[in-house]
Amino acid sequence: MPEPIVEIKNLSVYFYTYAGVVKAIEDVSFDIYRGETLALVGETGCGKSVTSRAITKLIESPGKIVNGQVIYHRDDGSTVDLLKLSDEGIREIRGNEIAYIFQDPHSSLDPLYTVGYQIGEAMEVHGKVRNIKEGIAKAVNILREVLIPDPENRVKNYPHELSGGMKQRVVIGIGVANNPRLLIADEPTTALDVTVQAQILELLNELKRKYNATVLLITHNLGVVAETAQRVVVMYAGKVVEIGTVDQIFHNPLHPYTTALLRAVPNPLGKIEKLESIPGTVPNLITPPKGCRFHPRCPFAEERCRKEVPKLKEIEPGHFVACHRY
Amino acid sequence: MEPVLKVEGLKKYFPVRSLMRTVAWVKAVDGVSFEIMPGETFGLVGESGCGKTTTGRTILRLIEPTEGKITFKGRDVTQLKGKDLLWFRRHAQIMFQDPYSSLDPRQTVFNIIMEPVKFHGIEVDDPEEFVIKLLESVGLNEMHLYRYPHEFSGGQRQRIALAKILALQPDFVVLDEPTSALDVSVQANILNTLKELQRKHGFSYLFISHDLGVVKYMSHRMGVMYLGKLVEVGPAEKIFENPLHPYTQMLLSAIPIPDPELARQKKRMEVKGEPPSPINPPEGCHFHPRCPLAKAGLCDKKEPPLVEVEKDHYVACWLYAKA
Ligand SMILES: Nc1ncnc2c1ncn2[C@@H]1O[C@H](COP(=O)(O)OP(=O)(O)OP(=O)(O)O)[C@@H](O)[C@H]1O
Ligand SMILES: Nc1ncnc2c1ncn2[C@@H]1O[C@H](COP(=O)(O)OP(=O)(O)OP(=O)(O)O)[C@@H](O)[C@H]1O
Ligand code: SF4
Ligand code: SF4
Ligand SMILES: [Mg+2]
Ligand SMILES: [Mg+2]
Repeated sequence: MPEPIVEIKNLSVYFYTYAGVVKAIEDVSFDIYRGETLALVGETGCGKSVTSRAITKLIESPGKIVNGQVIYHRDDGSTVDLLKLSDEGIREIRGNEIAYIFQDPHSSLDPLYTVGYQIGEAMEVHGKVRNIKEGIAKAVNILREVLIPDPENRVKNYPHELSGGMKQRVVIGIGVANNPRLLIADEPTTALDVTVQAQILELLNELKRKYNATVLLITHNLGVVAETAQRVVVMYAGKVVEIGTVDQIFHNPLHPYTTALLRAVPNPLGKIEKLESIPGTVPNLITPPKGCRFHPRCPFAEERCRKEVPKLKEIEPGHFVACHRY
Repeated sequence: MEPVLKVEGLKKYFPVRSLMRTVAWVKAVDGVSFEIMPGETFGLVGESGCGKTTTGRTILRLIEPTEGKITFKGRDVTQLKGKDLLWFRRHAQIMFQDPYSSLDPRQTVFNIIMEPVKFHGIEVDDPEEFVIKLLESVGLNEMHLYRYPHEFSGGQRQRIALAKILALQPDFVVLDEPTSALDVSVQANILNTLKELQRKHGFSYLFISHDLGVVKYMSHRMGVMYLGKLVEVGPAEKIFENPLHPYTQMLLSAIPIPDPELARQKKRMEVKGEPPSPINPPEGCHFHPRCPLAKAGLCDKKEPPLVEVEKDHYVACWLYAKA
């Protein structure tokens, strides 16, 4: 039996804006298994980032976590609901046992400090080194680990002196500096070229193996999912619509949205007859459609879909779907 | 059949200035040649900064070429002036990546589409009906006529941009990453519309993208660019089935495949290094510092010529040419 490192239960996050309450994610539940790479996929605005940030209460005003639990299983077997922790308590975990890598290296790196200083600081904050000097010294090893050539000199570089791919390696370096148990990577390669993307994904895989860590990978690129993840959570308009292994999701997709999404992506190695598009547009989350949020765009929608919210059901072992057809 | 567009030895160098002096040149496009036939899509792929956009804009004379010949429907584009240049501006169009900045936010959809029509002096009997027809052909309708760009989603804005281009009845359109800012489901929609319009009107496209899957779906023939040069040119099917240039092979091996089974079987090639700067590109074959097959003494000294290896399939690599 796979054992969970994090159980997300009935998580809802709302944003209280002038235009109204944005129900960004609603009743989101899934487990992250220890040692796996779990991909969170879906189109722009479906709630991937909000979900991943809420895991460590990283939601800022006007956002609010209105409901849910995030049960974290420590290596020693003890458990804690992260959402119940004080700000102080969660800060001890964030950047330490649970670390983030964000998409945009520009916003994750401070232009005023050397990369060595920034890696060193991340360690010092969590007491992994006695002072910043020791941190900078250790940063050399970390840069070597993320395959930056000439780390002894690079450690003294400022972010603007590095290429986009190098910067993202530094961001990953900061992420793994404290040997995290769970690494949350939010679109870590979206801003990069394909050859650099391949290198960064390879690096992430290697670090994961080496540290025996768990990775939550957020992406909208189904190719990246197929190549790096073992399991997939598909989101649509703030809801989880399907969960399964990569083979279940790609070869036996159940939810009409997942099926449509897969048919919309051109596969450069496969035969492409005709891409299928999904009619209509993504709903606004202030007044999301009643019942199944996909019903206005679903070719199988019936009366029940417009009224009742479908619940996640396990159809085959490990394969869950939220759709009235099943 | 005559090509719609013929590009020969196209170069575009940008000056790098320091203290008012030109200290170096960015060789953004460095000797590119290809042809596009009527009704054909020519795909242009390559990584960021390799010169795709510069190629597209230089062809349209949105920026002046440093060197080279561009022939559009039999006429030398670099020599066009006055009325002839206007004729070219009408029949060769461009669609940009960013659906947010390419439409005037203060104009209604109707005005956005009619403005260039009036500018080119194209007679229409009933402007309203004319615009509605155009909107319908890109999947919008008369409800959208008097709305403003901010009321539309990214995909809908790209449709408006497309309707605006259609209004001028061009022969050739440069599509510069027309769907990279869009979600996949919306992208599929736009790509299908582009294909359908091509079938109906016989447009020729220069389709620029860094997404190899999209290029495969759209293109009849394609070119792979690396640091300002075309390294491989040929029918899209052939290049995907049998990539010959080591860079194309690396690109295809790096691209993530949306199918776990195919992904596991995929031939993998180690991806070395990052693309170098086009300011001081490596000598000889630009790709040699990253190429696993580079021959010392040759690849780092002499530039390989573009040679025809099989019918209509060209490669610039010393593995396929005699030194
Ligand atoms: N600060 C905010 N104020 C209001 N709404 C917000 C805010 N942050 C996020 N949202 C809303 O929450 C929803 C989910 O956003 P989220 O960033 O999680 O999407 P995503 O799936 O990560 O999308 P992307 O692929 O574009 O990164 C969106 O509808 C978004 O508009
Ligand atoms: N106006 C300019 N002045 C100076 N350099 C320029 C200018 N426009 C482009 N360049 C440079 O020319 C090279 C080619 O740029 P170009 O925009 O054509 O690349 P691209 O292949 O379209 O890249 P991308 O995929 O990022 O859009 C780059 O190194 C770029 O920095
Ligand atoms: S619940 Fe109904 S509307 Fe929703 S995906 Fe299933 S069939 Fe379609
Ligand atoms: S010419 Fe030499 S370096 Fe260039 S791609 Fe061919 S083998 Fe590699
Ligand atoms: Mg996001
Ligand atoms: Mg470009």
